[in-house]
Amino acid sequence: MLRGLWKLTWLEFKIFVREPLGLIGTVVIPVLVFVVASRMLGGGGRMRPPPPDVPRIMSVDLPVLISILIALSAVLSLITIVAIYRESGILKRLRATPLRPQTILTAHVLVKLLLIAMSLAAMLLAGRRYFPIGTSVPVLSYAAALAFTTTSILSMGFLIASIVPTARFAQPFGTLILYPMLGISGLFVPVEFFPPALQALARMLPLTYAVSLLRGIWHGDPWSAHVLDVAALSVFFFLCTAAVSKVFRWE
Amino acid sequence: MAAPVVRVENIRKLYGTTVAVSDVSFEVQPGEIFGLIGPNGAGKTTTMECVEGLRAPDGGRIAVFGLDPVRDVYRLQDRIGVQLQEAQLQKRIKVWEAIDLWASLYSRALDGTRLLEQLGLTEKRNAWFMTLSGGQKQRLFIALALINDPELVFLDELTTGLDPQARRAIWDLVRGIRDRGKTVFLTTHLMEEAERLCDRVAIIDHGRIVDVASPAELVQKHCPERTVVVTTDDPAAPERFEAIPHVDSVMREGQRFTIRGRGRDLVTQVIECLAIHRLRVIDFRTELPTLEDVFLRLTGHSIRD
Repeated sequence: MLRGLWKLTWLEFKIFVREPLGLIGTVVIPVLVFVVASRMLGGGGRMRPPPPDVPRIMSVDLPVLISILIALSAVLSLITIVAIYRESGILKRLRATPLRPQTILTAHVLVKLLLIAMSLAAMLLAGRRYFPIGTSVPVLSYAAALAFTTTSILSMGFLIASIVPTARFAQPFGTLILYPMLGISGLFVPVEFFPPALQALARMLPLTYAVSLLRGIWHGDPWSAHVLDVAALSVFFFLCTAAVSKVFRWE
Repeated sequence: MAAPVVRVENIRKLYGTTVAVSDVSFEVQPGEIFGLIGPNGAGKTTTMECVEGLRAPDGGRIAVFGLDPVRDVYRLQDRIGVQLQEAQLQKRIKVWEAIDLWASLYSRALDGTRLLEQLGLTEKRNAWFMTLSGGQKQRLFIALALINDPELVFLDELTTGLDPQARRAIWDLVRGIRDRGKTVFLTTHLMEEAERLCDRVAIIDHGRIVDVASPAELVQKHCPERTVVVTTDDPAAPERFEAIPHVDSVMREGQRFTIRGRGRDLVTQVIECLAIHRLRVIDFRTELPTLEDVFLRLTGHSIRD
């Protein structure tokens, strides 16, 4: 299965970078948004509580929000790429080779993870004046948490990509699923404040656990405090991957 | 006789309620160039994709090197090369990157640079796929099908979009593959291509095989008539021509005589007649039936419809 994986991953990365809009949208813009928002809050982040007249939504942990948005945009672009590859016959061409379908999809996942890592690094670098030296941001731990969360959300992206009928539907379809999911994930309003039915729904969705995990790690919680989140995300990952191998359409 | 490389038995393929392929059977022998020929929409690509393992037939059996192409698709990959009729690659992939990627996937690969040279793509090594012309893309796909030096090569409408010069170069390339002991399975709707290239052909129309044989045999069997047109002002000509054995008709238009008959010997006999009787010849032309005539005779419609 690994035959061709590294070569394909590196090749897909090079191809992605050749398209200027892709890199700008995926890395540059989120980082810019982060820096601008941080400035607007007067360097809120972890250092100072937000001023009382700032609306509730702005007191959200900005890095967590930006991270999730980066991950979601990666998932959306993944869904779109798969749909486009399928429609244009690229998948079909790749299929008549020793490349396994899992290899092709994994290569795309790795490229997305690499881009997210780059975004995160850029974000931390650009935002370091808002997090002065001495701030103990557990970077490695957070990066690991983000990688883990993203992989899990990406598997959901593949499932969506498997069922999306055409490339034209890919983006709206994905958006309609992912962003409402974000709305009830507890990022803006704690899950406990939802009506019971919505709470139950939120607890079935991966983003809720992702938010909980990322927020916790950012604030320095040990991983052991988030065993439930990790377990839920893992289960979700395995379920989606199993479903994808059954449901994936090559054309 | 050695075991056939490809054996197709009574396959069927439906798309919804449309029957694309119904009851198709044929064999491809090792070391031959085998052509599946017919008009667009006849079921050639569907049949080929079933043999390649890209589609599963709804009925019948297929064996490639004795293996089931759908179930054993990965075991077969090292031994076959596939050029699809409609294919795409990533827009911004460079030509050499595609060759390099493909070469890395197989246990054995030819020299990519040399292959690009043979296909006239050396200048475009660093070009992005989307900047290539239709003919250049086609040649790249052929290169990708050959990069692993496969024992069996599938070529679907291989000269689409190529100018006549490139077409002939590809024909030479394909013959070279056969001469090195490989087997080629191709589809085409161009009768000239089938006649020049294929050792044997299977004519397919509306999802059914009409006949399978070498081009010469098909012509002899289904269109045995021959025509020789002689232009002569020799007064003895009409009488002499009528006397040629096995001649069906001699039609005259001024100095031009259209002699029609059956069998391979007609042309020889006309020439002998001219030589023996020392008839003065101004112009001499033969009209031999082609696979297009065979197709028309067998199916009742032209291949161009």
